[in-house]
Amino acid sequence: MSADLAAALLASTLTMAVPLLLAALGELIAERAGVLNIGLEGMLLGGAFAALTVALLSGSVALGVAAALAVGAGLGGLLALFVAHWNANQVVAGTALNLLAAGITGVAYRAVFGVTGAALTITGAPALPLPGLSTLPVLGPFFNQTLIGYAAFALVPVVGGWLAYSLGGLRLRMVGENPHAAETQGVAVRRVRLAALVCCGMLAAAGGAFLSIAYANTFVEGMSAGRGFIALAIVIVGRRSAPGIMVAALCFGFATALQFHFQALGLAVPFQFFLILPYVLTLLVLAGFAGRAAAPAALGQPYER
Amino acid sequence: MTASPGAVAGAVARWRALRMPLLALAAALAASGVVVVLAGGDPLLALTALLEGAFGSPDAWSEVGVRASPLLLTGLAVTIAFRAGIWNIGAEGQLLVGAVMVAWLGTRVGAWPSAVALPVLLAAAAAGGAAWAGIAAVLRTARGVDEVISTIMLNFIALGLLGWLVQGPLMEAAGAYPQSDAIAATARMPRLVGGYRVHAGLVLALLAAAAAWGLLFRTALGFEMRAAGLNILATRLAGLRTTGALLRALALSGALAGLAGGIEVSAVTFRLYENFSPGYGFTAIAVALLGRLHPGGVVAAALFFAALDVGSTAMQRVAGVSAVLVSAVQAIVILALLAFEQRRGQTGAA
Repeated sequence: MSADLAAALLASTLTMAVPLLLAALGELIAERAGVLNIGLEGMLLGGAFAALTVALLSGSVALGVAAALAVGAGLGGLLALFVAHWNANQVVAGTALNLLAAGITGVAYRAVFGVTGAALTITGAPALPLPGLSTLPVLGPFFNQTLIGYAAFALVPVVGGWLAYSLGGLRLRMVGENPHAAETQGVAVRRVRLAALVCCGMLAAAGGAFLSIAYANTFVEGMSAGRGFIALAIVIVGRRSAPGIMVAALCFGFATALQFHFQALGLAVPFQFFLILPYVLTLLVLAGFAGRAAAPAALGQPYER
Repeated sequence: MTASPGAVAGAVARWRALRMPLLALAAALAASGVVVVLAGGDPLLALTALLEGAFGSPDAWSEVGVRASPLLLTGLAVTIAFRAGIWNIGAEGQLLVGAVMVAWLGTRVGAWPSAVALPVLLAAAAAGGAAWAGIAAVLRTARGVDEVISTIMLNFIALGLLGWLVQGPLMEAAGAYPQSDAIAATARMPRLVGGYRVHAGLVLALLAAAAAWGLLFRTALGFEMRAAGLNILATRLAGLRTTGALLRALALSGALAGLAGGIEVSAVTFRLYENFSPGYGFTAIAVALLGRLHPGGVVAAALFFAALDVGSTAMQRVAGVSAVLVSAVQAIVILALLAFEQRRGQTGAA
């Protein structure tokens, strides 16, 4: 494989991995607080739509990202109202969130941009090459990303360190492991879950913003295309640790990116094999055939005083 | 003539059972109206276009029946699983596997009479769906894997395999499009009324609803499943086998979803291609919840969402409101039901 092809592969791997990484980091925070957020897909989609619409109407990519973060926070808050405040079933509420985002973005897209949506492309977020590093052979693309891309990788130690070493992170993990014990220690379980879901929504929506204003430079109905569910898988395969999640996101990003370079690589395996690989791997990890992934003890359970 | 106290109590109970779904529907329609207005549309025009599209002609009625068949069968699949306390989110994947079975075998039964070919194909579809759900069941019982995640993953694996099949092993002989060859004439489900697409699968789906009701409420097996769904620990203390109930419920759920996919190929598409299912297995969750996890309610909910689906196409054409509004309606129905349940002081879904 030539260095050029390797660099091209890395570039598309990063492009595929960034939204997955952001959404999975969000899911990590939610799951560590005890909430299994099936609605990740809807949060990605909502973020993608908000970012593109606002960026297009205002002419500012930064405003677009801000709008995505706001929409993500709102969706996270809405989910928290149901699963943290009302103790609704997390799977059902998350599924509803996905449907809601699909419906509303679809209707709004048509309303704002008409039927055809022609000429809907924007000048996306610019890549910011780091002088000296971006021209490195093979590894160059890593140092030639958009601000969102750099932020996604910078967030890995931030989120990981915060969860592991800060008081807030400790409280959040307590809520996920044993909410009753946390409550006796004076931790407001519902408020922590609300905060976790708002953070999760913002991160997932940032991933969506990356899709619409840094990758596709347009919006397409349902453009999240199952990435929210791959992010769920990444959290499991990454063993619910931030560095593990980054590795898993890069691997799954690579598996997805292969389809764009399929002919250049001349692989004999059908590309669908690489598309289902993340899901098969997740099942194997869950079944304990590839190292056990322990879930927070109270994951998925509503908290009742 | 005055109504007997029993009849009055029955009417009150019936109203109580119907109140929440009806309120949820009203909330969903009102909220959708707001969405339409915000999107710059005319809600009254949208509603009339939707009703006209769903009920305005014999052809529209027929199309509602066509859409209702897979929604009813997958809705029943979700109902049985949820009743047993199993969060089967994988009806879509199980449906796809059922469809693959019929598309694969359906081209090979040309020499058989329909009376033999159809039952064999449908049994194969149900078996395929049950086997796909069985993976999640075995992962849960043998390795303790949460079925929520495993069924979601199995959906995407089925989707990927379908994409590979129609571009590879099952691709049509002509090799022009990524689709399978058309199934034999004897593999096709008969239509109910000449000239209309509504097919015998709808009758099968209604029979399945009756059977599901009988199973859930009139047999020991159904009691065991419902008991397992209400409280695993208490069920175990009472000496009922939860592992067996789980396996049976998930297999049965998968069989119904597989049947839905098989019938769709046998009666509507006649071949396999990507995206032949517009997500019936996901809508099924809304169908089952709106139907209050009761087979009778699921029949009504399936017809409602089928009419919504068929009508929304006309709504998009006439009123310019995107047909994906239907997804938002489904979401709001589910959220409203969850919110009402909260107000009644219940916890959990279902």
